[in-house]
Amino acid sequence: MALDLQIVKRTVGFLLKAVLLAIFVFPFLWMISTSLQTFEETMAFPPTWIPSWPQWINFVEAMNAGPFLVYARNSVIITFTIIVLQLLVMIPAAYAFAKYRFVGSKLMFGAVLLAFMIPGQVTFIPVYLMLAEWGWIKTLLPQIVPFMSNAFGIFLLRQYFMQIPQELIESARLDNASEFKIIRKLMIPMSMPALATIALFSFVSHWNDYFWPLVMTDSVSVRPLTMGIAMLRETEGISNWHIIMAGNVVLVVPILIVYLFASKQIVKAFVYSGIK
Amino acid sequence: MDKKRLWEAVRPYAMVLPAMTGITLFVLFPVVYLIYLSFYKYNLMNKSKSKFVGLDNFKQIFTREDFYTALANTVVYTVGVVVLTLALSLAIAVWLSRRTRFNGIVRAGIFTPHIISIVSVALVWMWLMEPNYGVLNFLLKSVGLPPSQWLQSSRTAMISIIIVSVWQNIGYYTLIIVAALQSVPPSLYEAAALDNASRAKVFWKITLPIISPQLFFILIIITIGSFKVFDTVKIMTGGGPNNATTTLVYYIYEFRTNSIGYASATGVVLMAIIALLTFVYFQLLSKRVHYQ
Repeated sequence: MALDLQIVKRTVGFLLKAVLLAIFVFPFLWMISTSLQTFEETMAFPPTWIPSWPQWINFVEAMNAGPFLVYARNSVIITFTIIVLQLLVMIPAAYAFAKYRFVGSKLMFGAVLLAFMIPGQVTFIPVYLMLAEWGWIKTLLPQIVPFMSNAFGIFLLRQYFMQIPQELIESARLDNASEFKIIRKLMIPMSMPALATIALFSFVSHWNDYFWPLVMTDSVSVRPLTMGIAMLRETEGISNWHIIMAGNVVLVVPILIVYLFASKQIVKAFVYSGIK
Repeated sequence: MDKKRLWEAVRPYAMVLPAMTGITLFVLFPVVYLIYLSFYKYNLMNKSKSKFVGLDNFKQIFTREDFYTALANTVVYTVGVVVLTLALSLAIAVWLSRRTRFNGIVRAGIFTPHIISIVSVALVWMWLMEPNYGVLNFLLKSVGLPPSQWLQSSRTAMISIIIVSVWQNIGYYTLIIVAALQSVPPSLYEAAALDNASRAKVFWKITLPIISPQLFFILIIITIGSFKVFDTVKIMTGGGPNNATTTLVYYIYEFRTNSIGYASATGVVLMAIIALLTFVYFQLLSKRVHYQ
């Protein structure tokens, strides 16, 4: 009897957890299902759970609703340029903050922390005016260059660099290694987890970004995928949910693929950023 | 030789120069510029016609009803999101904290929405909340409850947006709380078990006090994040119906082209609110450091 009760309790617990999981997974399944339905099927009540025949044409129609190749290209360029630029800027800065003592370093590091706290929602108006003056608005630069200094990344990487024993660096210097070589051969390989964390974090947040491109762009040719998908609602009409969801699938899939392959890494990255 | 010494003195500055240039140009200077703009009636077409108006923009802010509406909406949103997110993620974290395979899968599953673009999340939920053909109303009807207008009624629009934000971010905070729970030394629980303490008592007397620093941080992070809410509002309701979901950032966004001075002044107010919250955050941080 006691054993039975144990089994019942475990089964109920298992089922409840499955329901919880379903609440978070179902909307994505529903998105995929809708993206393959006909218009009539989406307008049925009760809803059509599984399309009778997958309508791949919806994807074609969604991609024809705007210059989606341009949007996709912009998203890829923006995201990857930001990651490379951030790493180039961040590594020497973190090294200097971690391993050198120089006048003003505390003040400058304080400025980095301060920058970390000031969101784009506060600064977008002056930044826009400034970049408009520079004639950048018709280019991709406003979506890339303002992110060159990743304050969170500098902070995290400095912590990592500080944990690398000074003796290692000193012995490399005795072997006449240049500082550049020390960074390349010692610091970077030893801080790979931190660099991966920062790069993943940047990838997710800039691929997904909607606010910044919205306020920084005024022409189609420089817009990223997020904006293109959001605009499907206007171009496709509010009730063409099968087309909107098809576009949505295109936006979500790259992130889901990355998540599938690096879910442990991503989970760790996000937890780490929350605790520190 | 001298050349080498000179280079060694300059080197750190050269290494931080790109980073400091970026921060100065795109964060620090814009803040100063924002404050400057807030004292002007700015003319976008003809800059020379911009006029210094002193504190007029700020006076206007605090006498305009729509500002108070936006502020009140933001506060309602923030309180709703903070309370629901904290309560639910704590409950789920306690429930899923044991290191089993299935718990890990469920945790990874509920975390997924956090890394999905807010655009996708918003669009999927608009479809789920569609009043005539949406799945949510289908579910309500099939259990005998009246359907809701969700985003299309000023009474339910805000709670609908709150639901979406909570749904998207709960998995992230669950992970953080689980990490905190798993770092509680097992010896404490063993001692409690020896004393035959009830599970509720263990939770309130041992678990909660130990993870309270992390809960405080989460509280502040969610509060700051909620004050910046914009994307869901822009995509799902456009501030409506009837300004029921116009939040502070959306309010600034609406004024950003026609009244740059006024929008900037509102930006200064938002910055002051965020600065205050951040100050509280750092107070807590320093306390925690002393405590350890």
